[in-house]
Amino acid sequence: MSTSRPIADLDSPSESNFNVALPSRHGLDKIFEVASWVATFVGLIVLAALLIDTVVDSLPRLSWGFITNFPSTRAVAAGVLPALVGTLWLLVLTTLVAFPLGVGAGIYLEEYAPDNLFTRAIEINISNLAAVPSIIYGLLGLQVFVRWLLPVTGGRSILAGALTLALLVLPIIIITTRESLRAIPGSLRQAGFALGATRWQVIREHIFPLALPGILTGTILAISRAIGETAPLIVVGAATFITFLPTNLQSKFTALPIQIFNWVSRPVVANPDKNFQFNAAAGIVVLMVVLLGMNSIAIFLRNKFQKGRA
Amino acid sequence: MSTNLGISDRDGTNLWQPKRGLNEWVEKGVKGLFALFALVSIATTVGIVLSLTYETIAFFSKVPIWRFLGETQWSPTFNNPQFGIIVLICGTFLTSLIATVVALPIGLLAAICLSEYAPEKMRRVIKPALEILAGVPTVVYGYFALLFVTPILKTFLPVEIFNALSAGLVMGIAILPLVASLSEDAIYAVPNSLRQGAYALGATKRETIVSVVLPSALSGIAASFILAISRAIGETMIVTIAAGQTPRLTLNPFANLQTMTAYIVQVSKGDTPAGSLVYQTIFAVGMTLFVMTLALNIFSFWFVRRFRQKYE
Repeated sequence: MSTSRPIADLDSPSESNFNVALPSRHGLDKIFEVASWVATFVGLIVLAALLIDTVVDSLPRLSWGFITNFPSTRAVAAGVLPALVGTLWLLVLTTLVAFPLGVGAGIYLEEYAPDNLFTRAIEINISNLAAVPSIIYGLLGLQVFVRWLLPVTGGRSILAGALTLALLVLPIIIITTRESLRAIPGSLRQAGFALGATRWQVIREHIFPLALPGILTGTILAISRAIGETAPLIVVGAATFITFLPTNLQSKFTALPIQIFNWVSRPVVANPDKNFQFNAAAGIVVLMVVLLGMNSIAIFLRNKFQKGRA
Repeated sequence: MSTNLGISDRDGTNLWQPKRGLNEWVEKGVKGLFALFALVSIATTVGIVLSLTYETIAFFSKVPIWRFLGETQWSPTFNNPQFGIIVLICGTFLTSLIATVVALPIGLLAAICLSEYAPEKMRRVIKPALEILAGVPTVVYGYFALLFVTPILKTFLPVEIFNALSAGLVMGIAILPLVASLSEDAIYAVPNSLRQGAYALGATKRETIVSVVLPSALSGIAASFILAISRAIGETMIVTIAAGQTPRLTLNPFANLQTMTAYIVQVSKGDTPAGSLVYQTIFAVGMTLFVMTLALNIFSFWFVRRFRQKYE
């Protein structure tokens, strides 16, 4: 990269050639700094606009009845109960599948795996999976869980949806687990080994408890991302109009993002009084409250963790 | 916390009982189990490739590949179906282009600001705020694009109800935090000695940033850019909701069009019987999408390895 204007002709550093031009350079500096501040706040301002707009739109519909009602063809009578319950089911099931798998895989790769070609292949594969679009996971779920494993999942069921989401978050959980484990100093492991503990004993008694808050934070953030996902669930076949609550793993299901999408995509022509739009906004508020709750738990854990180690 | 197995009772009769045999079994069992868990990630990749390939081959046995690559219309459900993937790629290209034009410069500037200009306290507040922005579900951004941004655009531009511009702009905002956060990590990691060296040579702060700090952080910044582009290509809900469902070969940002992802959603919403040609098209489209993002990933991987600067 060229060092450009400020330092002039090096071959003849005579006074006449050395044009410092400080005022104009400082002027450019100021412009650059202001531009960078503006850029930083653009995102935040848009976030604020988004939240205010949504909350204002949701006010006409937000009520206790909205949470406890089933969907309806009449916008004013519709509610999100099956979607909310479906989302909570997905939340629990996805966590149950993805957390043990991801943490186990992370522990293996960080603490056990030899540094060979195979391990590196797994690592590259995981970072690659983290960048695969979520809708591709939907196609995977559709083919593998809905069709090939039909007898187990019962087709387009809540189990198929949860397994798809679990695969989606798995790479992120593995990566955060490894990062948390890596932050634990090696001296702790050596102390354990010196006392005669096996590797698993050291991990279970010393390393894992220290890494757990970090792992939990990452996992909660990953799963809250998954809970907001719409595309993979549509492809796996979440239903859009459901008037019952899920009773078992093979139940049909819907979820909050699906319900919101359904309300948003009502044709404007057939929906002149905008009531479905208000429903969508109210649904978004409910979804955001769920996600915000999860995020606060994650932030709480992170702060507690950081204080404990300082 | 229990002091398990290896170590003894208090009364001293039984001070040393390592139970090595049992421990070795536990050790092997745990290691094997966790290795199996790690293999799930390989199985996921294999599953993705297998399920996409399986249906894509079935698709190409009915529709020759030259029609897929050569035709200029996308109408699989019509009586006289056409399968020109270029139409959907064009839609994806246009919305992603708009999104990256918004997200890359703003994201990079924000990253520079957070790392170089903002006081440390402020950085610690703004960075999590940007990450919240990254965590907002995309369906919410879709709502925002269709019902907030499009009406605003309509007041001064000849846009249709569904249009690429609104979807692209909002998608840019959606991937902006990703660019800002990852680039900031890379810029923040550049050692201070490099900055001090530049100052000592008489460079101003901007000159230091532009000609010393940014080139040093190049690999990390490029990785964040490529990841953002691949996010934009794979983004689904914003374009489905706000860009429309009309496959159309156009680069007009005011027009209603359809992206690859939006097509997959459109077909998935209906009750398409498994094994039918239309069902297979979504896997062929998915395969195209997968190959594109994979190529970007590989490129990013190569680029980072090639240009990474190591500092002690």
